[in-house]
Amino acid sequence: MAGALTRVIQGSKSHLGIVGPLVNINNGSVRYQQTKTKFGPLADSDRIFTNLYGRHDWRLKGALKRGDWYKTKEILLKGTDWIVNELKTSGLRGRGGAGFPTGMKWSFMNKPSDGRPKYLVVNADEGEPGTCKDREIMRHDPHKLIEGCLIAGRAMGAQAAYIYIRGEFYNEASNLQVAIAEAYQAGLIGRNACGSGYDFDVFVHRGAGAYICGEETALIESIEGKQGKPRLKPPFPADVGLFGCPTTVNNVETIAVSPTICRRGGSWFASFGRPRNSGTKLFNISGHVNTPCTVEEEMSIPLKELIERHAGGVTGGWDNLLAIIPGGSSTPLIPKDVCSTVMMDFDALVAAQTSLGTAAIIVMDRSTDIVKAIARLIMFYKHESCGQCTPCREGVSWMNKIIYRFVEGNASPKEIDMLWEISKQIEGHTICALGDGAAWPVQGLIRHFRPELERRMAQHAAAHGPSRAERLY
Amino acid sequence: MLRQPLTRALALSSPARAAPLAVRRYAEIAPQPDKVEVFIDDKPVYVPPGTTVLQAAAQVGVEIPRFCYHERLAVAGNCRMCLVEVEKSPKPVAACAMPVMKGMRVKTNSDLTRKAREGVMEFLLVNHPLDCPICDQGGECDLQDQSMAFGSDKSRFTDIHFSGKRAVEDKDVGPLIKTIMTRCIHCTRCIRFASEVAGVDDLGTTGRGTDMQVGTYVEKMFLSELSGNIIDLCPVGALTSKPYSFAARPWETRRIDSVDVLDPLGSNIVVSTRTNEVLRILPRTNEEINEEWLSDKSRFACDGLKRQRLVTPLMADSRGNLTPVDWEDAVVAAARALRDCPPDKLLAVAGDMADAESLVALKDLLNRLGSENACTEQYFPLEGAGIDLRSTYLLNTGIANVEDADFVLLIGTNVRFEAPLLNTRIRKAFIHKDTDVALIGPKVDLTYDYVHVGESASIVKDLASGTSAHEVLRKLEQAKRPVVILGADQLKTQEGAALLAYTQELALRLQDKLEDKNWKVLNVLQRTASQVAALDIGYKPGVGALLSAGPQVVYLLGADSGVVTRESLPKDAVVIYQGHHGDAGAAIADVVLPGAAYTEKRATYVNAEGRAQQTLPAVTPPGQAREDWKIIRAISEVVGVRLPYDNLDEVRDRLSQISPALVTYGDVQNNNYFAQARALAQSLQKPVSGNLDVKLKTLEDYFMTDAISRASPTMAKCVQAVLKQKQSTY
Repeated sequence: MAGALTRVIQGSKSHLGIVGPLVNINNGSVRYQQTKTKFGPLADSDRIFTNLYGRHDWRLKGALKRGDWYKTKEILLKGTDWIVNELKTSGLRGRGGAGFPTGMKWSFMNKPSDGRPKYLVVNADEGEPGTCKDREIMRHDPHKLIEGCLIAGRAMGAQAAYIYIRGEFYNEASNLQVAIAEAYQAGLIGRNACGSGYDFDVFVHRGAGAYICGEETALIESIEGKQGKPRLKPPFPADVGLFGCPTTVNNVETIAVSPTICRRGGSWFASFGRPRNSGTKLFNISGHVNTPCTVEEEMSIPLKELIERHAGGVTGGWDNLLAIIPGGSSTPLIPKDVCSTVMMDFDALVAAQTSLGTAAIIVMDRSTDIVKAIARLIMFYKHESCGQCTPCREGVSWMNKIIYRFVEGNASPKEIDMLWEISKQIEGHTICALGDGAAWPVQGLIRHFRPELERRMAQHAAAHGPSRAERLY
Repeated sequence: MLRQPLTRALALSSPARAAPLAVRRYAEIAPQPDKVEVFIDDKPVYVPPGTTVLQAAAQVGVEIPRFCYHERLAVAGNCRMCLVEVEKSPKPVAACAMPVMKGMRVKTNSDLTRKAREGVMEFLLVNHPLDCPICDQGGECDLQDQSMAFGSDKSRFTDIHFSGKRAVEDKDVGPLIKTIMTRCIHCTRCIRFASEVAGVDDLGTTGRGTDMQVGTYVEKMFLSELSGNIIDLCPVGALTSKPYSFAARPWETRRIDSVDVLDPLGSNIVVSTRTNEVLRILPRTNEEINEEWLSDKSRFACDGLKRQRLVTPLMADSRGNLTPVDWEDAVVAAARALRDCPPDKLLAVAGDMADAESLVALKDLLNRLGSENACTEQYFPLEGAGIDLRSTYLLNTGIANVEDADFVLLIGTNVRFEAPLLNTRIRKAFIHKDTDVALIGPKVDLTYDYVHVGESASIVKDLASGTSAHEVLRKLEQAKRPVVILGADQLKTQEGAALLAYTQELALRLQDKLEDKNWKVLNVLQRTASQVAALDIGYKPGVGALLSAGPQVVYLLGADSGVVTRESLPKDAVVIYQGHHGDAGAAIADVVLPGAAYTEKRATYVNAEGRAQQTLPAVTPPGQAREDWKIIRAISEVVGVRLPYDNLDEVRDRLSQISPALVTYGDVQNNNYFAQARALAQSLQKPVSGNLDVKLKTLEDYFMTDAISRASPTMAKCVQAVLKQKQSTY
């Protein structure tokens, strides 16, 4: 699902009318000057997730030691407006991929009540290939998430939180459930949560392992017991969501950082990273690096520095780098020369024609068959398409057929443009963002590796004669 | 599942979700919300908020292509064919689902829109088989038409040389619907129809992505009396009519607008014919009656019109076998029998599908012979107001108005099978308007939840007298637009008159208290298409006393329901049968006069709500069969009591003399005199104790109920298939 909205937001200047509220972050009450020029490394004292690697006790006792649940009651008693304002000040943008400002999202829930209950839904269906941040939170720091649920729930006046956790995450669900039980027993959630007079329940709902259930409306459908197929928007979940009630769906990381933001202040959080891209972020570095890892870093840290500092560098050295997928499988790849300079934040990556997504960095060195790698991603999207709407159902499987022929070169060079067009025919024409997510990797490949595709076709034609695909042209 | 508080709330608040309704006489006049101005291709249009872009475009005559959108079904928005460009939106939006916003500028013919359509069209065709030449949908296929209008001019599906197209296994969903699932474009119209309108949640999708399939999960028959409608709904050839398969192309057929007579609602139909043969029957939109649906019997029983037909006059020979004779012999024999019979020993019985013209001709003939013994097969109590006041035997609320009701009480009727399309109205009210339903009578599956009050007729008495302790009484009394529907079958019993009297009492007690003085509560649901016209004309309902008096000559006008049998008649009685099918009536006849079926004549039928409609001849009657009123007119000449009409217009003049309502086609007259009927009925309120029972309980009972459907091989297959399905564990 990554990056769908970012793309829209960055569409063009003339479209800013639609994303008016976003612009306010720059022009409104909280205006930042770009004064910082160096981003990262993050000081240990500024880390939010202090048990990311599970070296300490993840249960309530350990969590209390690390400062979780500290003065939660006071935060709750400061009230909705204070919490939402603090989040707005922090400039926190959703960590699930789309990067929508969290403070504003929460404020949508504070319309006058019509009698329906409100719900917070936490999206823990971390299915994007390459992404492995939420699971670390849930198995090693579950109390951060639960406390976050309570604070977010308070901020939007929600009655309960549903944590929709991916079916494959057995241990994570287990730890989370234990932590919830602990929190109930300690009176931190449930009736009169933390002694604040506010009643709040937290439920865990385990999914069955469908990628599409990470899309917010499909996730809601799935919790309701239906097939996980995205709903049409409008109405948005903030109007008609879970069980027909106003609902906000947030990523695990977004919720888990909110208690710390409230405790240390929005301006503390906003001091990291560039304006509009503030905060700290969990980065997942995988692929051809020496020490793959998940690490919390400052936003806007240069990609190269991130990899070299935390992941031990690309195997065989930076010069052995071929391309990087910077934000989980659905974001377009960027070649080495872009990687050398790009900063890891929303705006910089959009400028590089890709997206921050979930900040799951997939590093590919020169040993990679890049076409095959992208083909494998498309196969994943073909398999995970829900089949509800036409462009995604038919288009992605067609792209999958074509790109697997590209792997061996059994195609016509004219088909490269055709594939580009097909990906454009899918992008923006579907109900949810899965179609976009499937189209972008292909676009990235064609944008940066067209000569490689043409080379393979020429090679195949030299060996086997012209492809049968030429016949239609 | 559909009927959750929210779905209902949504349906009520957003006109986009509820099907657009025709303006009803009784509809509450809601305060007109402010309209918003939107621009479709720069043409301004004012629409209420909540209207979708697609509906707004339709108002200025801009048709946006669509596959999944259907105005009577929920919005799915999954085909993406209706994508249009909206100014200030970076992505094209689905017109079928997007509510209009003030000042919205929609471009339905811009480059972006056209490109989006072309793209979707291409994707739909990627896996659609190129079998149009052998596809039954050819010529009336939305995909075919729209690919001509909006698709690309050439294919670039190079993968046809490599992996080819998707193929999907066909499903067996019964003897009516043929599935070729490879052609399916996954619009889910059939699924939505099944769960929303038919109330049978059998259809759904399995699998994901390109492997998604529409089907019944486990292979089973689609057990619905409305299943044929998914054939009409299917925009491609995935669901086609099994009986009609490979029969004809739409451009070869002649289409004649007509009226269905197989149930009392008089659904509007189109009869497709070729070379003097009825090929199929399709529904014709009439918002007041059938919307655009048609029940399976009305749609598929048309092959019964070709079987068991009486094609020549017949007379019993010396050994009692019916042998073909000339018209002259038959008419003379019939006339002689009529002339020689003492008037009080004469009996005419009208059957289920007799038209008003033949009814009036037969009654006039009898009257001229000095007899008043014209009766119908279906009984109706003559005590009290009897049939003198029209409102006592009609569906007074009106079919369309039933969906505005807020409480429906069904008494002794399985409305699902007696009048399927009335049932869809009740179901619609149940889903969209929060209407509650209660049933007195045997427990049956009505496709929606209802309160089962009991089976005893005494419950009606308690409700009428206001002494019932049941919650239904309270709900009825609180209802602003209650509807009480009494099944006419209940009136056959000894207690029928009392039951009717109590029902009148109950309905009128409720009606008197209503704020809406135009709302009618009392409804009697007749069982046959002919009954209302017959009662209007003055036929006596039921043969009871007249039959036991031992008639010498019995004239059966299509009377096939087995009320008159040889055993019930004196040995020497002469039976003249006039009708179109060799069914129960012809089997006992001495003289058989072949008549025309409803597709073969221009004739008047009055439906259960009292609406006169006419059929038009789609084909000529087979063999020597003739239009019914003409046969009677011919006999009258021979008998020597010539009827004073020589053509149809003159017959209809005679009809209008009897009641103008019989010839005001398409209209329902305002019924009244409820209070008088109630007063007349009060003396009949005797204790009742019997249990109510209905004839049509389950789906297999539904298919074969009259001469036409009994002769239909398709209907027979349906019965077999349903019985077989019932043995299955699914």
